[in-house]
Amino acid sequence: MAIKLSGELIKAIARHSEAAYPSECCGIMLGEDEGEQRRVVALLPQINQSEADEQYHRFLITPEMMLAAEKQARAQRLDVIGFYHSHPEDEARPSHFDREHAWPWYSYIVVRVRDRKYDKMASWRLDDDRSHFDEEDIIED
Amino acid sequence: MAIITIPTPLRQYAAQQREVNVSGSTIDEALGSLTAQYPELRRHLYNDNGNMRNFVNVYLNDEDVRYLKKGNTTVAEGDTISIIPAIAGGSAVAAANIAERTADQSLSHDEILRYSRHLLVPEVAMDGQKKLKAASVLLIGAGGLGSPAALYLAAAGVGRIGIVDFDVVDSTNLQRQIIHSSEAIGTSKLASAKARIEGLNPYVKVETYETFLTSANALELFKDYDIIADGTDNFPTRYLVNDACVLLGKPNVYGSIFRFEGQASVFYAKEGPCYRCLYPEPPPPGLVPSCAEGGVLGVLPGTIGLIQATEAIKLILGIGEPLIGRLMLYDALSMRFRELKLRKDPDCPICGEHPTITALIDYQAFCGVTSADEGITEVDISPLELKERLDRGEDLMLLDVREPHEWDIAHLEGATLIPVNDITERAHELSTADDIVVYCKAGTRSARAVQQLQMLGFRKLHNLRGGINAWANQVDPTMPSY
Repeated sequence: MAIKLSGELIKAIARHSEAAYPSECCGIMLGEDEGEQRRVVALLPQINQSEADEQYHRFLITPEMMLAAEKQARAQRLDVIGFYHSHPEDEARPSHFDREHAWPWYSYIVVRVRDRKYDKMASWRLDDDRSHFDEEDIIED
Repeated sequence: MAIITIPTPLRQYAAQQREVNVSGSTIDEALGSLTAQYPELRRHLYNDNGNMRNFVNVYLNDEDVRYLKKGNTTVAEGDTISIIPAIAGGSAVAAANIAERTADQSLSHDEILRYSRHLLVPEVAMDGQKKLKAASVLLIGAGGLGSPAALYLAAAGVGRIGIVDFDVVDSTNLQRQIIHSSEAIGTSKLASAKARIEGLNPYVKVETYETFLTSANALELFKDYDIIADGTDNFPTRYLVNDACVLLGKPNVYGSIFRFEGQASVFYAKEGPCYRCLYPEPPPPGLVPSCAEGGVLGVLPGTIGLIQATEAIKLILGIGEPLIGRLMLYDALSMRFRELKLRKDPDCPICGEHPTITALIDYQAFCGVTSADEGITEVDISPLELKERLDRGEDLMLLDVREPHEWDIAHLEGATLIPVNDITERAHELSTADDIVVYCKAGTRSARAVQQLQMLGFRKLHNLRGGINAWANQVDPTMPSY
């Protein structure tokens, strides 16, 4: 499994994660799925809708935001293929909380921010039985 | 006929279709029609109780059906129903809090050597070892569970370990409480534990609190620790630890043991269920015996205490899958681990959506506990008083309510054995006309037997204060206590 992003899009996610620090940033990824590989074509950065004092460790994209993103994707003949969010001062891997709130198939990119600076990112997919995430390769193209 | 749009991740369970035509005149019927056509969808839309997963939302055209008539919302010909996930997530809170402090940490050459086997593990490495050093864990109790947990947490390099206990080491502890040595008998458990930890790892700061944990001091004690590890053996303290952790937003690494069986979980209300979601009400007092009453296999707390230590370390490092929302059951006799899924109870009185408990309460009263000095004072009899009355030749019936294997260790001469759980059934063997002195090992089970007999109409009842152990101490030094 792999997900392709252009260098531009990777930079955009990194910038968003630094701008949101110390809160978590979040966004929706539109793209094309070709089975084993998928490609991100556009990012829809979102405003974190979780409670203000919880944003250092929580993000929320509301169903209304999702509905709008689904419509936008359809109009461009794309799909919502996943989401990105940051973990300020924490690992680039999904938390238990992330797993409870995830669906299989989607790609979840988690960004580690250290000392206010973008550090690294990793992409994950939830297993079909919802028990764990598998890491997928991020390919810059 | 209406149309349901299928979000991309679920299309694989719906023959790759973007849209499915469904029948039905309400939302519930339409979704029923969908899952009848594609049963695999059910698992991703509904939880095991058959309720819609809390992050799944259903829209009729552009409106959330929660604000219409929910499942009963009418669906008309040509309507579009959308299944929309709310996307949420976040980092592991405990790990994030600790990670913030790791910048100030550094390891000396000696520490690097000491923790070398950690530093070689990519998931721990230098970063993780600094997190451990920056972290703090408070152990409630330096007993069976607290002993192994404290030793391994200290060896692993957890920077600050606090221990709450008020007991002194006695020889019955040594069968399992491995942090204490024979020389420590009669001295404070805290002093003994502190000395042992400092001998093991001088880089650990040990803080000791020689006090009963109460509603008055729990929040103050807990607030400066990242993780609380509950190693207590009684329900009032267990609920107190849980509630204080929920109110402070801290993870409670829980363990409990009885004879050959143990349980462990991580109760962390920010990310999953709490102890009250699992057990909303305490059992009736006396129903679940403690280790002091029921006994325990000495190695058992080693296994459970180390599960607690493992979970604490995972939380600190932010790695792996924490035991949140899962209850681990361990049976030493069959050597099997089982796992139960725990769910957060939306109606939980402390961590639910509308909490009714917003401050610590009286946990003794909540658990219906009255100490031997309360409530039954009128029937209490001390070992010396009993001895005097027997010496005077008074006609007292001695009722032993322990188990047969305890009777074999020691018993009072002329006593009758009826284990406490058989009392109600076998009450006909007793006479209400007799003066009955009830005893057990330490006075708890006999107090329960007295209550049960009172309910059956017995009035001339006495409870031997401190049980047969007190008799051995005060009256008959030739008798073994246990």
